[in-house]
Amino acid sequence: MSGGWDEIYRENILEHYKHPRHHGTLEHPDITYEDANPLCGDHIRMDLKVRDGRVEDVRFSGHGCSISQASASMLCERIAGQPLEEIKRIGRDDVLEMLGIELGPVRLKCALLALKTLKAGVYGITQWPGEGEGS
Amino acid sequence: MARVIASGAALAPAAAPAPARAPFDARRVRADFPILRPRPGQKPLIYLDSAATSQKPEAVLRAMDEYYTTTNANIHRGIYRIAEQATAAYEDARARLAGFIGAASPREVVFTRNSTEALNLIAYAWGRANLRAGDAILLTEMEHHSNLVPWQILAAERGVELRFIPMTGRGELDLDALPPRLADGRVRIASVVHISNVLGTVNPIAAIAERVHAAGALLAIDASQSVPHCPVDVRALGCDFMALTSHKMLGPTGIGALWGRAALLEAMPPFLGGGEMIREVRLERSEWNELPWKFEAGTMPIAEAIGLNAAIGYLEGLGMDQVFAHDRELSAYAMERLATVPDLSLIGPDAAKRGGVVAFTLGAIHAHDVATVLDSDGIAVRAGHHCAMPLHARLGIVATVRASFHCYSLPEDIDALVAGLHKARKVFA
Repeated sequence: MSGGWDEIYRENILEHYKHPRHHGTLEHPDITYEDANPLCGDHIRMDLKVRDGRVEDVRFSGHGCSISQASASMLCERIAGQPLEEIKRIGRDDVLEMLGIELGPVRLKCALLALKTLKAGVYGITQWPGEGEGS
Repeated sequence: MARVIASGAALAPAAAPAPARAPFDARRVRADFPILRPRPGQKPLIYLDSAATSQKPEAVLRAMDEYYTTTNANIHRGIYRIAEQATAAYEDARARLAGFIGAASPREVVFTRNSTEALNLIAYAWGRANLRAGDAILLTEMEHHSNLVPWQILAAERGVELRFIPMTGRGELDLDALPPRLADGRVRIASVVHISNVLGTVNPIAAIAERVHAAGALLAIDASQSVPHCPVDVRALGCDFMALTSHKMLGPTGIGALWGRAALLEAMPPFLGGGEMIREVRLERSEWNELPWKFEAGTMPIAEAIGLNAAIGYLEGLGMDQVFAHDRELSAYAMERLATVPDLSLIGPDAAKRGGVVAFTLGAIHAHDVATVLDSDGIAVRAGHHCAMPLHARLGIVATVRASFHCYSLPEDIDALVAGLHKARKVFA
């Protein structure tokens, strides 16, 4: 891994880690999904309230390293108020861009756990019978 | 097809760097490891992950290079000069290893890819021939995944029960729990780690062997962390099988070994089928080769065996009792220094009961974050569950940071670790 700790732990990562946005759970979420990275014990749960195909509210909970928790916080900030379709378009490079760092393969899994959890939750609900496509 | 196990062959391993029994000097030892030498313009490598893999002395690198540049040929086949030399060198490595672990004969030493393959060999070859539904296998709560998963596969296939020797909160085996687990006589084999890769705990193998044998069962030990660090004599330990790996004992990756009592190995069916493990092959059936080649199918890691031979030569030159004393001194020093870092919790037993491994947590800071901060200062530690998830679950923790030592480790490495931990606390305060 390249760079010093000051580079890897850019201020915004530490800031999100220490003061996470959208942290917690929702009482009656429309979408809830959790996933873990057993290699390091990172655990993320994502709760979403969806109205008219948009993310009305989102909360994450769980535990893990600063990269996993900060990326969850940033991701929640990014999708709040956005159409669900937007979540499908977010990719790995977007997460890395939000974090503003390059990561080795092990820490990359930490960084992408929140997105993986979110996508599984969202894709999951779109595949339920009876639900409108894309909502 | 009788073969002579050569000794004193051509391609003898490079001589040990220091005269045997010279006073142990870790600083001089360190100079023999090219990767640890300072490089102009680069941060020095502070390597504290020897339990994952050890670094390699020049003698090992040279021996393998020499083989490839002068003697490379397949073994046990060619009748030309270098093929015979390569065969002799390969078999010489086996004889060297047999002597190193106190085996009665080189016939009892089977080369494998690593400890994991050696443990799988026992589970597949011995296990499938000997275990029936209703039998039990005894393991412990502190095993590496390599000494859990092969047995889980076997147990599921054969309807065999898995039992576990529990671990205390201080990371020691609870031997009082042994008699009730052996009482019904259904345990056929126990497989136990000698030195824990997470806790450093040195388990009382001889005492366990005595009780396991009294119950009519066999004892296998995972010696991945012991053979590289302390004197090991299979006959003194009283075990029946032992798994070890080269890359943790200053040798190359890609080779390890299973030691087993000759009578047990002889009665076992082969593990992998292929060339070299056979005496005679017909289209429909084959006859197996004799020990130890019965278990060595296909072309084996020849250069790696030669590298392992050189590594053993190097370790013998240092003296395993001195290597172990050095490990234990560093552990004691590390535990003393680490105890001064606020919020740091050590796991595992007292220094007197462990080898060169120290694992800990640092408050609420995740082990990966700690390791990343340390990495930025060139300090290599392991962070995670170290392939021992049940052990961490038992202790109620997800991940730990682990520092582990070998003959080239110095107290300064630990000082750098402690300084790095203070820095990590500042970053995540």
